[in-house]
Amino acid sequence: MDKNYIDVLEKIADIRDFPAGAYNIRSDGKSIGKNDSEKIKIEFKKDVSGLDIYVSPDTVKESVHIPVVIGESGHTETVYNDFHIGDNSEIVIIAGCGIHNCGEHESKHDGIHSFHVGKNCKVKYIEKHYGSGDGKGERVMNPVTKIYLDEGSKLEIETVQIEGIDSTKRETYAKLSDNSTVVIKEKLMTHGNQFASTDFEVDLDGSDCSASLVSRSVAKNNSKQVFFAKMTGNNSCHGHSECDAIIMDNASVKAVPEITANHVDASLIHEAAIGKIAGEQLIKLMTLGMSEAEAEQKIIEGFLK
Amino acid sequence: MLEIKNLSFAVDTDNGNKKIIDDVSFTVERDSYVVITGPNGSGKSTLLKLIMGIEKPTAGRIIFDGEDVTGLSITERAEMGMGFAFQQPVRFKGITAKNLIDIAAKKKLSVAEACRYLSAVGLCAADYIRRELDSSLSGGELKRIEIASVIARESKLSLFDEPEAGIDLWSFNSLINVFENMKKRTKGAVIIISHQERILDIADTVIVIEEGKISKMGSKKEILPGIYSQLESCCLLKTAAGD
Repeated sequence: MDKNYIDVLEKIADIRDFPAGAYNIRSDGKSIGKNDSEKIKIEFKKDVSGLDIYVSPDTVKESVHIPVVIGESGHTETVYNDFHIGDNSEIVIIAGCGIHNCGEHESKHDGIHSFHVGKNCKVKYIEKHYGSGDGKGERVMNPVTKIYLDEGSKLEIETVQIEGIDSTKRETYAKLSDNSTVVIKEKLMTHGNQFASTDFEVDLDGSDCSASLVSRSVAKNNSKQVFFAKMTGNNSCHGHSECDAIIMDNASVKAVPEITANHVDASLIHEAAIGKIAGEQLIKLMTLGMSEAEAEQKIIEGFLK
Repeated sequence: MLEIKNLSFAVDTDNGNKKIIDDVSFTVERDSYVVITGPNGSGKSTLLKLIMGIEKPTAGRIIFDGEDVTGLSITERAEMGMGFAFQQPVRFKGITAKNLIDIAAKKKLSVAEACRYLSAVGLCAADYIRRELDSSLSGGELKRIEIASVIARESKLSLFDEPEAGIDLWSFNSLINVFENMKKRTKGAVIIISHQERILDIADTVIVIEEGKISKMGSKKEILPGIYSQLESCCLLKTAAGD
């Protein structure tokens, strides 16, 4: 792989080479390396572009890497990845997409993921989005994630988009069974004229299920962000969504919470806070010798940590 | 090492121009302990903020280490060796106690080194070193981390705005020890705003501010008896721990 590709791969998946365990590395629409483990099988879809990933029951302490790198200006793709995770599994999935665009044309990756998680599983899904390159062509990503959790399972998602994506529209849907838990942590920073939209929707259908959706974002320059969080409690459940945004320059941030309780034991909370960096925070760090710009950087770094 | 010359600070109000600090002058010698006391609203915190550069004076000069710093920024004053502990410390999401102490110390400290600063302010360091400075900490915990960050800076001049405010009675004695030890061990001058007898008791110089002016200034022997008799008569502040 070209150095630019490897650099992008490192940014999104913390690897510079083929990882251990099961993986498929996709570059400009083609698989450049694939590996199954004894308990995790990856199959290419026949009708559309994408993968079926089968995790056998009782698979523990294994990882799956499925990063995507695009370096060809003008390359656009829609990829369907479906995870079928057997009961009692504990795995980590590292996905993510990086676009290096030095050309004039729009490069776009729309990753459509679905997670069919069996009973009593613990799954962690890490998805980083990153863009680089000095071309005028836009870098666009529109991920869709659908989650179906069976009894007693927990899925934790960490999504990070800090740099370089001009436009993103993220849709995440989760349907929860009895005693299942979904935890979604989103970290987002937009700058320039970038646009990012996050749309969470969770149906808390099972008894004693819970959802936590937390978005922390920084909007700089003329960028725009929109955050929708819709939670519906259809059983005894706990739901918490939180949008916490730092707004700077001429940016715009909109948070639209929607919580609906259809059961007397549904407990749902939404918190949203949008504001600039507090002057007292800057002053405190300046009294410790930082310049205003360094203090601002430190505060943002901590906020998005 | 610090000369305050005819310092004034005024603000515009609905009732006209109001002087918060009015022609204040005093000198702080190297390695000395100065305690500023006085009624609420007398301008003590403003005076400390003027010294650090958080507020800009409307008149007067501030000379630090022989250099006129009146026009310098907060950052420049910090780099010259001033430190400041806020009365109400600010909270940060995602910045830990260790991060703050590292920034203060101007280097990445080992966990053991950072813990020493937290232990010095009476916190069980292992419990706090990785804690974020967010709303999960109580006011008293945050206050002690604030004080630890100023101690870690090892400044030539450390400014403390009511360090005892927000500290519970049980922790008060250990806080007094912090200041007593600082006086014994560290080099550098300290200015503390305080109403507490035991902090006043370790002062080399006591300054009393009333209505933006210095009403009394001198050694603790000269000033304290007068303050206490005044306080007893108006039943105000003599509630220090140990009383």
